[in-house]
Amino acid sequence: MSKFGLLINYEYCTGCHTCEVACQQEHSFDVGKCGIRVTEHVYAAEKKPVAVDYIPFPTELCDLCMKRYNQGELPACVKHCQSFCMSFGKINDLVEKMDQQKRSALFAP
Amino acid sequence: MNGDNGIQVYPTTTWSAGAGCHGACGQKLYVKDGKLIKVEGDENASWNQGRACPRVLAMTQYVYHPDRLTQPLKRVGNRGEGKFEPISWDEAFDTCEAKLKDIREKHGAESVVFAQGTGRDVGGPISFLCYNYGSPNWVQLGLSGQSCYTPRLGAMKATIGDFCVLDASQFSEKRYEDPEWEVPKVIIVWGQNPPPTCPDGFFGHWIVDCMQRGSKIISVDPRHTWMSSRAEYHLQIRPGTDGALALGMLNVIINEKLYDKEFVEKWCYGFDELAERVQQYPVDKVSKITWIPEELIIEAARLYATAKPAAIQWGVPICMNPEGTTVAQAITQLWSITGNIDVPGGNVIARPSHGVTTYPYSTEELVGLYGQELVDKLNKVRIGCNDYPMVKGFRGWAQPDMVIDQINNGKPYPIKGAWIQTANILGGQAARARLHYEALKKLDFVVVVDLFHNPTSMALADIVLPAATFAEKESFRSWWVPLGVMQKTVQVGDCKSDWEINIEMANRLNPNCKYKNPRELINDRLSVANVTFDDVVKNGSQMMPPEGDPSRPYRRHEKGLLRADGKPGFTTETGKVELYCKAYESWGVDPLPFFREPAQGPVSTPELFEKYPLIMITGARSHLFFHSEHRGIPWLREKNPEPYVEVHPETAKEFGVYDGEWIHLENDMGKVKRKVRISLRVHPKMVHTLHSWWKPELKGSEPDLFGVWDYQINQIVPGPQDSDSGFGGGQYKTTLCRLAKIND
Repeated sequence: MSKFGLLINYEYCTGCHTCEVACQQEHSFDVGKCGIRVTEHVYAAEKKPVAVDYIPFPTELCDLCMKRYNQGELPACVKHCQSFCMSFGKINDLVEKMDQQKRSALFAP
Repeated sequence: MNGDNGIQVYPTTTWSAGAGCHGACGQKLYVKDGKLIKVEGDENASWNQGRACPRVLAMTQYVYHPDRLTQPLKRVGNRGEGKFEPISWDEAFDTCEAKLKDIREKHGAESVVFAQGTGRDVGGPISFLCYNYGSPNWVQLGLSGQSCYTPRLGAMKATIGDFCVLDASQFSEKRYEDPEWEVPKVIIVWGQNPPPTCPDGFFGHWIVDCMQRGSKIISVDPRHTWMSSRAEYHLQIRPGTDGALALGMLNVIINEKLYDKEFVEKWCYGFDELAERVQQYPVDKVSKITWIPEELIIEAARLYATAKPAAIQWGVPICMNPEGTTVAQAITQLWSITGNIDVPGGNVIARPSHGVTTYPYSTEELVGLYGQELVDKLNKVRIGCNDYPMVKGFRGWAQPDMVIDQINNGKPYPIKGAWIQTANILGGQAARARLHYEALKKLDFVVVVDLFHNPTSMALADIVLPAATFAEKESFRSWWVPLGVMQKTVQVGDCKSDWEINIEMANRLNPNCKYKNPRELINDRLSVANVTFDDVVKNGSQMMPPEGDPSRPYRRHEKGLLRADGKPGFTTETGKVELYCKAYESWGVDPLPFFREPAQGPVSTPELFEKYPLIMITGARSHLFFHSEHRGIPWLREKNPEPYVEVHPETAKEFGVYDGEWIHLENDMGKVKRKVRISLRVHPKMVHTLHSWWKPELKGSEPDLFGVWDYQINQIVPGPQDSDSGFGGGQYKTTLCRLAKIND
């Protein structure tokens, strides 16, 4: 059985911070603690003067919401993501999905 | 709904304080032992399809925040001293009743203004109280030129006879699966960064949904944003010149004959006059005005006009242009002459769901609620009516810039009291914020209804009434779809809903008040939909209008679903989309669009521009804060702890400031503190900063007022409005400033 992971299609991550607060609420984390953190990247790009990208990074506090998984629910971040740009699943399945979408990153926390 | 472990789950609608926004998100509230313990997105709500935002997910921190106002208070020290004592609701209502009756007897009801903030579930209750008291002066006090949506609403009503919104399938419960819906091939996102917010009855991420389904983006934005960096064309516009861009695009579309000839011929009035007017705006001229390269304007206009369907999503900067109503008019003409009105994937006509009125968005709704006789009577003394026919002719607002001037000078009649409801005027929308502070301090009686103390309640309130979040109240919403209700799930302290407070006060002030409690009012207002509050709750707290209902698209002008007489056509005088706007003409406003330079800027005030060489953009939305709300919510504030100003690297070098340095933004009106964030996101000639900053962790009593005089950016935004129609032209995006070292 393969591990579980998170696949992020960062073409569509708008940096809305929903995943972070969803995680904090789910785990009752105090301020400062969070299982996922959104990072921003602003840079000069090839075809446009400025590109703005975001990507959420699962921290070592991420437990992939296994408690929710056992109740048949998606991780809090994945469920609430406003862009539907996060997927949860077994790494093997996510790799296949990754092959079909551009600009994505796979995390196996 | 019963869950495990004694947890009850309530699906509800989220409009109002709490999440704060304008949306109709369906969220599930988890309650245990009378306490809200969790919020989860409701998968059954077609609006958000299970999604949520950071603000709504932080609701447990908001609802049970130690700083929540939970009891009515009366001021016991001097105004602004911060000394308040808890009182009972009876005493609070008795005091308000006695004071307001006294003012009405001595000076007339018009001497009290009823001030609200942003457009959420307060507009209904506060206009209800205002009209029952007998005052015409319902106002978004501080919002210069009423520059938030009302100018766009007025322009659409005058031109089309109805309001329009981008069609992201929101009118169908099947959403993107509805076979009748089409994905817009092109979307112009004009003056908005949709992801951070749900503006004006629209879920920002619907645009992202459309992008995932193939919509190409044309972004009109002075900044580089997530959206602009994914656009086919990014038109990096000089703030305040959107009117010129719209006219330039109309010029290209008309001269290259890219418009929808059949639609124009059949459904538009005054095309020839418009075609003649746009000749004054050739692309080379428009390029010079807007700072956008000519070829980009031409190519973007062609892309938009030749894609079908195509749609425009627009934001508050449209209203904040000089003559915002004429800028909005020009943009409505773009979607009109390209035949994108009320077609799938275009700009569809939006009416309140099922015909239910919550918050009057038009004169018709206002008259429907309160009768022509009362509206006419109040218009005689409504502030702004006698100066601006458009202010008189559209909706029922008192003109905000004139209200504050009248409070100051007492002419033509004195203002003695203010009922301020969930509106942190001094920390929020007030351009010329200092002037508002000084003027409002002079009033005899001020009531503040809010959820937290803030600079406004602290500086001004004689009585403070604690309001409820959406989780703690019964209310309803019909801005546009769905028809939604809010269920009361928990009680916090002695807080009451805005409807409860205002209906109680309305009964005390008007013996003929129509309703005794919120449930009576809600059920009466819902009766046009043939449902009750309980019916909507049973349906999951939301319902969509049925097929064939006039509040559901498409092509209603062809089907005779718009006009009262049942004939095909639009609800204008001519029955057509009036490109030559007869309503504007009757209001003494130019019936055709034109461009005017912003009051301040490189063209209109070159000397001032030499002294203050940066165009300051304020008022963008944040994912984390709704206007002046949420600064005290730990999960939100930690992600944006300080008020930043974005400065281009070249500009930072020129002014010798470093990343993270605290500096002043200053101009002749004053100076405001900001922390520098060096960023490529902004143009070298512009800076960008969030509005409505104050710090709840600082001292509340005067002179500190939670740091408002250090951080309130609107202190250096001038007024009055830069428009002749009375609507639009708040200078929130076009004020000049410079960076200054602190202690220099």
